[in-house]
Amino acid sequence: MKVVSVEEAVAMIPSGASVMVGGFMGVGTPERLLDELVRQNKAGLSLICNDAATPGKGVGKLFDATLVSKLTATHIGLNPKAQQQMLGNQISVDLVPQGTFVERIRAGGCGLGGVLTPTGVGTLVAEGKRQIEVDGKPFLLETAIRAQFALIHAFLADYLGNLSYALTARNFNPIMAMAADTVIVMAENIVPVGVIAPDHVVTPAPLVDYIIANG
Amino acid sequence: MDPQIIIARRVAKELREGNLVNLGIGIPTLVANYVPSELKVFFQSENGLIGTGPIPEQGMAHPLLTDAGGRPISALPGAATFDSAMSFGLIRGGHVDVTVLGGLQVDAHGLLANWMIPGKMVPGMGGAMDLVSGARRVIVAMQHAAKGKSKIVAKCTLPLTSARPVNLVVTDMAVIGFPDGKATLLETAPGISIGEVLAVTDAELVIPDAVPEMKI
Repeated sequence: MKVVSVEEAVAMIPSGASVMVGGFMGVGTPERLLDELVRQNKAGLSLICNDAATPGKGVGKLFDATLVSKLTATHIGLNPKAQQQMLGNQISVDLVPQGTFVERIRAGGCGLGGVLTPTGVGTLVAEGKRQIEVDGKPFLLETAIRAQFALIHAFLADYLGNLSYALTARNFNPIMAMAADTVIVMAENIVPVGVIAPDHVVTPAPLVDYIIANG
Repeated sequence: MDPQIIIARRVAKELREGNLVNLGIGIPTLVANYVPSELKVFFQSENGLIGTGPIPEQGMAHPLLTDAGGRPISALPGAATFDSAMSFGLIRGGHVDVTVLGGLQVDAHGLLANWMIPGKMVPGMGGAMDLVSGARRVIVAMQHAAKGKSKIVAKCTLPLTSARPVNLVVTDMAVIGFPDGKATLLETAPGISIGEVLAVTDAELVIPDAVPEMKI
């Protein structure tokens, strides 16, 4: 793990990169990294995030600045800008059921090719997917998702890079921290090693590549 | 009484001691207000919490503690937080006893459409497909008709949420179940006749010999 400035961290992300961002309606999203993506004008991003948040908040800032070209998400209904950009074909959007979304990312981080889920059988979601029967029940084969970068929000990070999360800001963060080539973390608090007890570490240090320094 | 409150009060009567319950946005959210205080029910918020509490007092909101709509909430003593894989494992794995969702259409066989209107409203399904596929009981809480058009239809014209039928539909006019896979009128709302229900129902409804009035 290496400590870098937020400018250095975002400079590593090229325009057009695939980026997964933790958070649920902007809660548990590393805001400083998103502000810096906008400042450095990283365009054409392939964004993987639960939702499009709202304008001005979380990944909503990326839609305000029209930096997204492709979005994989479960819900974008509360961001009118993302809706407009989708209906105007400025971004291509792949809408995925939320339980499937998280399991596909988990699979990507755990070395699995995908998962079998009953969710979506008999709906539009099943179109173009393989249906597989197990013990007489139908399941959809949903393939793994990975990204070049994961932008993670943690509540605590220690000097080694061990992470813990708070309340409903945990959401997709620990899952995404396993599913990207480069993992960049913004922590609310950076603390000495030992402050996070071993039983309370959720994301172990070897998974974390960079922590952004306090601004 | 406000139609939404009739629905919320009637749905609340479906919850049992110890149930793990997920409430959707809109009318379903109101259900929590009508659960008797002596009944111990666990409410899940799918963004990662069991034990959701009321909206905090002015100035007491925590930015990292919200409901699935991103609004500040509180957590009750004994609450538990977890990541989204756990949250949807609970949902898909049959650990959620009851889910209450809104609906756009429910058909004569209990199939639900509630996530998109092609060309008009494409917000995404969020957790709805997993909830309908995985919860032990699925209850739809919705107005019986919208702009004079029945939301209880012969066959859904909107894209389905799941191939799994729902268990119960509670509207401001009726309670409808699906014994033997057929929409059946189980109760009518206070002051509403069977004829009035039928007049705004497009699906064929089985009418049992006795159709009691909703107790709310």
